[in-house]
Amino acid sequence: MTFPGSLDDTDAARAVRYAGAEPVPLWHADRDLRGVDAVILPGGFSYGDYLRCGAIARFSPVMAELVPAARSGLPVLGICNGFQILCEAHLLPGALTRNAGLRFITRDVRLTVANTDTAWTSGYAPGQQLLIPLKSGEGAYAADPATLDELDRAGRVVVRYASSAPNGPAPNGSARGIAGVCNEAGNVVGLMPHPEHAIDPLTGPSGDGLGFFTSVLQAFAGAGLAGADK
Amino acid sequence: MSDKDTVEVAASTPGQPQPFAELGLTAGEYANRDILGRRPTAAELALYSVMWSEHCSYKSSKVHLKRLAPNEEQARKLLAGIGANAGVVDIGQGYAVTFKIESHNHPSFVEPHQGAATGVGGIVRDILAMGARPVAVMDALRFGPADAHDTARVLPGVVSGISFYGNCLGLPNIGGELAFDPCYAGNPLVNALCVGVMRHEDLKAAVATGPGNKVVLFGSRTGPDGVGGASVLASATFGGDGDGKARAKRPSVQVGDPFMEKLLVECCLELYAAGLIEGIQDLGAAGIACATTELAAGGEGGMRVTLDDVPLRDPSLTPAEILMSESQERMMAVVTPGNVAEFLRVCAKWDVEATVIGEVTSDGTLTMTWRNGTVVSIPPRTAADGPVYQRPMARPADLDSLQAAPPDGLDRPKDGPALRATLLALLGSADEADKSWVTAQYDHYVRGNTVLAMPEDGGLLRVDEQTRLGIALATDGNGRYCRLDPYHGTQLALSEAYRNVAMTGATPVAVTNCLNFGSPEDPQVMWQLAEAVRGLADGCAALGIPVTGGNVSLYNQTGDNAIHPTPVIGVLGVHDDVSRRLAAGFTTDAAQVVLLGATREEFGGSAWAHVIHQHLGGRPPAPDLDAERRLATLITTAASDGLLASAHDLSTGGLAIALAESCLRGGRGCRVSVAGDPFTALFSESAARAVVSVTPGREDEFARLCAAHGVPATVLGETGGDTLTVEATFEVPLPELRQAWESTLPALFG
Repeated sequence: MTFPGSLDDTDAARAVRYAGAEPVPLWHADRDLRGVDAVILPGGFSYGDYLRCGAIARFSPVMAELVPAARSGLPVLGICNGFQILCEAHLLPGALTRNAGLRFITRDVRLTVANTDTAWTSGYAPGQQLLIPLKSGEGAYAADPATLDELDRAGRVVVRYASSAPNGPAPNGSARGIAGVCNEAGNVVGLMPHPEHAIDPLTGPSGDGLGFFTSVLQAFAGAGLAGADK
Repeated sequence: MSDKDTVEVAASTPGQPQPFAELGLTAGEYANRDILGRRPTAAELALYSVMWSEHCSYKSSKVHLKRLAPNEEQARKLLAGIGANAGVVDIGQGYAVTFKIESHNHPSFVEPHQGAATGVGGIVRDILAMGARPVAVMDALRFGPADAHDTARVLPGVVSGISFYGNCLGLPNIGGELAFDPCYAGNPLVNALCVGVMRHEDLKAAVATGPGNKVVLFGSRTGPDGVGGASVLASATFGGDGDGKARAKRPSVQVGDPFMEKLLVECCLELYAAGLIEGIQDLGAAGIACATTELAAGGEGGMRVTLDDVPLRDPSLTPAEILMSESQERMMAVVTPGNVAEFLRVCAKWDVEATVIGEVTSDGTLTMTWRNGTVVSIPPRTAADGPVYQRPMARPADLDSLQAAPPDGLDRPKDGPALRATLLALLGSADEADKSWVTAQYDHYVRGNTVLAMPEDGGLLRVDEQTRLGIALATDGNGRYCRLDPYHGTQLALSEAYRNVAMTGATPVAVTNCLNFGSPEDPQVMWQLAEAVRGLADGCAALGIPVTGGNVSLYNQTGDNAIHPTPVIGVLGVHDDVSRRLAAGFTTDAAQVVLLGATREEFGGSAWAHVIHQHLGGRPPAPDLDAERRLATLITTAASDGLLASAHDLSTGGLAIALAESCLRGGRGCRVSVAGDPFTALFSESAARAVVSVTPGREDEFARLCAAHGVPATVLGETGGDTLTVEATFEVPLPELRQAWESTLPALFG
């Protein structure tokens, strides 16, 4: 999906290709999902991130198609700005706020896979460690305590920051070290780090991120969505 | 002066006083108004004042820059050269690369965040205007002392500006420089480089051809920001009255909108692909004045522009202000009448405002009307070409005494503990310390083709996923070397950038340059400039690679205090197979560590003399371009044969700093021994050297290759362990080394 200001859309398309699937470009102004089997909302600065990250993109014409499709089980992955858009669209709970250090951070971070029952993480082992780039200025996950408790209780935290930095586990100040969450059905996943930039050690810190894209293909090939009946 | 100062009014009021001096023109330049046969109108005066500014016209440097014209060997791979918005180089497989470095020094001092941000935006549009997709940026930054009060204002602002603009624009930042010296305290240097890639057939020209073709202005609206940026800001010294006058120039700094620039990039690329453009020009310094005159001067005819049709953010702007505004994120295209509708449709798709403001004519005149009056009527060449000055030159009066005071007599570390302390002091100095505080604020991953980025010696990008063709880039400069000897200092900067590109395994192919100097009205500065250009020209000829373009920034001076002459040299390389790239870190245990090149006792302008003794004197290390060429060929060959596990160039701080960096980046120690005087072996800054680790089992093969290329190779020891150990001299555990390296910038800037 390309919004005005999307930046990592070609990278998301490359990751889809590396995983063995066909990337189909979707355009923000078209009320048309072109029959795709899954949607990736890529990183970037949609609409310049003016007003608030993702706040304008959620009103794009294509979102009128995407939101009901996601509620009906279409696998959707939001990366970085895409995660922010999914939160603004209320497909995922919580919000992303300024990094604790108030500066943009580019860093390879260690993540722990906390939930392997989602459409996008079924190919990982529980507790598996991933090395994936984080690059964002507003990546601190925030939600009220009740929501955070509910995410923990229902196992909806998909990945957590595993770094042992002195200021706590999350390099950006995310609540409870949360790097990514999913909806109740597990078909919609959002995360701040960029798995599409960890699909080849030549251009990324590892190939650990490819599993997000191969997982969703396994879900199509296998018996429906692994997390859909949760 | 009246806003409705038309050509007729001007002709009938020859004696009317005009504010030429306030606009930055000299009395002599104003006397040239005879070329119009009347006094200029207010709008014309504004147009000439920005076009004839030092920044736009290169009037002081032009006579010297002629030396950089490529010879036959150098021109072979050039598709477009100096004079175009940016030079274009053939890299094979049908691909062409365009790259250029440009200064945004003055605005970045006055308003660091926006000044640096719009510096990125401006150079990106230069690359875009050649028909290329911009694929990466780099930045070379120089500030006053790291612990100076004002550096704490300027540096974080500049870095946040580059981060804000580059990240939001979606261009990976793959390298650059960060250096500190008291000479930059009132005149920081912010040089931004952009590189773009295209297919050969996509090359675009900045010409207005075909009478009747339409002139379209597209992108942001024109506002009152950056008025006179090229003239009164970029082409003048700061007053030296604290920052009062600098602050007063803030309205001459532009304000950037990277989101609009991203839309403009994608919009332009779609317009190119659809074949809807006859000629294209970015709007940068001198805004519409520059774009119209250069397009018209590049074509065969003239141009007629209706200034009333320029979309404005502020309807009260006068014609002079409309012409001089440097509002960002604007482009100008020449489009056939039949393509205008489709052109506007593509712009609308990307939410980019586009307006037909004029058309190409055959009358040889650039004419502009406003409110039914003609406010500009000039031969466009008279504005685009500008004056040419042969400024007086004089060897700096203090240069003899400076060169006669080498650091020979300074106290040197004499035993192991003293050498160890020197290493830690240099490694922790702001110039040598880990730059992550800065680089972590830049996205180097976006677009997914970054193979190497800072802190590696050179940035490396993949161009083709199938063939693994790539390009490498590095920028280097050393003001202290150039202060001692601008001719050789410039060749050392060229050598280092060339060497850094080669360290990735790439073959250097082309050069861009940003010449940062003081006031051209000072004969000593002009001598430095002439020497630097002569050094660059001779150096590039010796290396067999062309200068494809560049930028000159003068008046980097506060009062009588000029910066050190600081040519920043960018080198582009071609990598046949990016999967065979080399990096600086020791990645393999028990790999042989080899020093390549010859070490002499060379400490003039060195990091040691500067950091330990605050000394600057003597002569810089002797450049050896032939040795550089052999070293580069050796590394490129060895990389493609898989003989090397790592490669790192030696520069400031010498072998000791290079070894420490290779250990820290690879997370692996080494044990080495050095022959002769250990101080010279460890800290001398002789050029044309590198330290490599050899793929285990390939040592003999590599030694034979070194001999065949005539590169001296000295086996120092091998990698492994968790200390940097120099036999019989000292050892430093890696955590201690890391602490010294990483703690400096966070301690200074939070």
